[in-house]
Amino acid sequence: MGHSNWPEWIYVAVVIALLCYVGAEAWNIENLVEHVPEDAEVIKVTGQQWFWSFEHEDGTKEVGELHLKKDHAYKFEITSKDVNHNFNIHEYVVLLDAVPGQINTVWFSPNEAGEFDIQCREYCGLIHYNMRATLIVEDV
Amino acid sequence: MVLELKKARPVWQIMFSTHHTDVGLMYLIFSILAMFIGGAMAIALRVELFAPGAQLIEDSMSFNRLFTTHGTTMIFLFLLPSASAVGNYLVPIMVRYKDMAYPKLNAIAFWMIPPAAVLVWLGMADFGWYANPPYSVISSPAPAAEMWIFGLKVLGVSSILGSINFVVTILKCKHPDLSIGKVPLLAWSFLSSSIIVLAAMPTFAAALLMLLTDRLGATGFFNPAVGGDPIAYQHLFWFTFHPEVYVLVIPAIGMMYEIIPRFSRRPIFSQGSGIFAFVMLSLVAFASWAHHMYATGMTFTEKTVFMIGTLAAVPASAMHVFNFLATMWNGRIKFATPMMWAVGGIALFFAAGAGGVVNSAMPLDFITHDSYWVVGHFHLFVFGTIAFGTIGFIYYLFPYVTGRMYNEKWGVVHFILVFVGACITFFTQHILGLYGMPRRIYDYPEIDSWIQMNALISVGAMIMLVGMGIFLANLIYSSAKGKPANLHDPFGLGGKYYYPYEQRNPHH
Ligand code: HEM
Ligand SMILES: [Cu+2]
Ligand SMILES: [Cu+2]
Repeated sequence: MGHSNWPEWIYVAVVIALLCYVGAEAWNIENLVEHVPEDAEVIKVTGQQWFWSFEHEDGTKEVGELHLKKDHAYKFEITSKDVNHNFNIHEYVVLLDAVPGQINTVWFSPNEAGEFDIQCREYCGLIHYNMRATLIVEDV
Repeated sequence: MVLELKKARPVWQIMFSTHHTDVGLMYLIFSILAMFIGGAMAIALRVELFAPGAQLIEDSMSFNRLFTTHGTTMIFLFLLPSASAVGNYLVPIMVRYKDMAYPKLNAIAFWMIPPAAVLVWLGMADFGWYANPPYSVISSPAPAAEMWIFGLKVLGVSSILGSINFVVTILKCKHPDLSIGKVPLLAWSFLSSSIIVLAAMPTFAAALLMLLTDRLGATGFFNPAVGGDPIAYQHLFWFTFHPEVYVLVIPAIGMMYEIIPRFSRRPIFSQGSGIFAFVMLSLVAFASWAHHMYATGMTFTEKTVFMIGTLAAVPASAMHVFNFLATMWNGRIKFATPMMWAVGGIALFFAAGAGGVVNSAMPLDFITHDSYWVVGHFHLFVFGTIAFGTIGFIYYLFPYVTGRMYNEKWGVVHFILVFVGACITFFTQHILGLYGMPRRIYDYPEIDSWIQMNALISVGAMIMLVGMGIFLANLIYSSAKGKPANLHDPFGLGGKYYYPYEQRNPHH
C-alpha cells in the first residue's frame, strides 16, 4: 500500500480504538435498556392519521392523553391502523415506529410527575406536524 | 477540453454532440440549474419555519410536496449530475483516452435526466424522498406519486448507464502505459462510486416497480391491509441508498484529491492509502443499510450487526482526512477559492462523521432519529462536504471550460458567506434535534427553544442564499466578461504542477 508510515497507522489505530469503545458502550447500554421489568404494565398504543389512542391493562381507553403513575414501569405495545407513525416521548427517550400489521414494544418508567409531550416522529401525511398527545404522570 | 464557451458554437452543436466535454458541459449546466431550483425550495421551507404559524406556505400539503421535491432534486438532479459532469470532463483525460468508452450511451444517459426532472418537478410528490409505504401506497395523491416513481426509474437507469461507461472507460480504455495504481485518485473515485451504483441500484429499481404495482392495486408487497410487509420496502430502499450516500461523497473526495495537492504544491501524501480507502468504502458501504431502521422494531442482534457494519466504514473515511491533512502539512498552500472550498468541506466532513457515529450507536439513535439532528447530520454531508467539494471544483474547472477567470474576490466572499451560513444552519439543526423537534413538520408548537433555534437556522439559510446569489452572478458575468485565463497556470501556482487539460499523469 505505497509508502504508508507510522503516523497514519497510529492514527487509524486510535480511530479504531475509539470506535470499539463507542460500539461496546452502545451495546452495553442498549442491552440494559431493553431488559423489560417483570411487573411492567402493558399499555396498548395505536397511531392513526392523525392521533394517538391508548388502552390500559384494565381496559380503560384514552385518546390524545395518557395518564400514568410515577415510578411505575410500563411496557408500550405500539401499532398503527393505517400508515407508519413513530411514537415518541422525547423527554424519556421513548421512540419506536408504529407499523400497521406489527406490534413493537418498548418500556419506560417515568420518574417525574408532570406533563410531557407525545409526538409523531415519522412522516405520515397532512397533519403529521400536529399529531400530538400529552403524557400526564401522576404522583401517587 | 478547453474553451467551450469562448469559441462560440451554436447551442444545438453542443446538444447533439457526444464528445465527453460537451456532455460534461451539459451535465454541469443542468446540475447548476437544479441546484438553484432545489435551493429556492429550501429557502421557501426555511421562510415557512422561521416562526410558528403559517408564514409563506398556505397548507401542509404544499410544504410536504416542497420538502420531498427539494430532497429529490438535490440528490438526483444536482449532486449526481454534477459528479457526472466532472467525471465526463476528466476521467477520459486522466486515463488518456480520446473519449468515454461509449460516447452515444453517454449522451443518452444525460438526456434521460431532463425528462425525469420534469416528471419530478411537475408532479411534486409528497411522501418524502424515501417514499415509505404504506403511506406511499395508500395515502399519497396521484398522479404526483406515479410521476415521481417513473422519474426515479428513469434516473436510476441513467445512473446505471453512466456507471457502466465510467467502469469500462477506466478499466478497458486506459492507456496501456498507465498502470491502474497510477490512475489519479479522481478517476479512482469514479471507478469506486460507479461499481457501487451497479451493485446497489437494481434493488431500488425492483422496489420502485413493486411500489407502482402496489399502487395500482395489482399486488400487495408492501401493503399490510392485504398481507404485505412495509418494512421490506425500507430494507430494499436503504440497501440501495445507504451505499448511494457513498456514491455521492466518493467523487467529492476525489475532487478534493485534485484540489488539495495542487494548491498545497505538494504531491498527494499517499496514493496507496487513498485507493485503499476508496475500495474499503465501496465494500463496507453495503454492511450498514439498516442503521436507518433501528426504530422499526428490529431485534437487539440485528441492531448490533448493523451498528458494527456502520462503524466499520469510519476508518476509511478517516484515512481520507488524514491523507488531506498530511498533504497540506508543510505545503506551500495557496488559499485560492477552490482550495478554500476543499478545506472547508474537509472540516465539515470531519464534524459530520462525528455526528454519524452518534447516530449509529443504537441507544443514542433513539434520541436523534427522525429529529432535526438527522437533518443537520446529512446536510453537513450532502451540502457541507459534497456540495462544497463540487462548488470548489466548479471554480477550479471554470478557466478550462470558459477560457476566462472567475472573480477571485467574489469567490472568497461566496465561500465565507456559505461556510458561516452552513455552520449556523446545520449545527443548530443538530441541537434542535436534541431538543426533540421532529423533521418534516410544517408547523411547530410555541416552545421557546424551538422558536429561537428555528429563527437562527433560517437566518443561516438566508446568509447562504446571499452567497449563492453572488456565485450565480460571478459565473454568468465572468464567463462573458472575465479576464482571459492563463491556461498554462490559471491559479498562479508556479507552472510545474499538473493541470488536467495538459493530459499528463500527475504522478509523473
Ligand atoms: C458519507 C457521507 C454520508 C452521507 C451523504 C450521509 C447521508 C445521510 C442521510 C441522507 C441520512 C438520512 C436519511 C433519511 O432518513 O432521510 C443519513 C442518516 C444516517 N447516517 Fe449518514 N451519511 C453519511 C455518512 C454517515 C456516516 C459516516 C455515518 C456513521 C458513522 C452515518 C450514519 C448515519 C445514521 C446512523 C443515520 C440514521 C439516522 C436516523 O435516521 O436516525 N452516516 N445519512
Ligand atoms: Cu406522523
Ligand atoms: Cu446510511
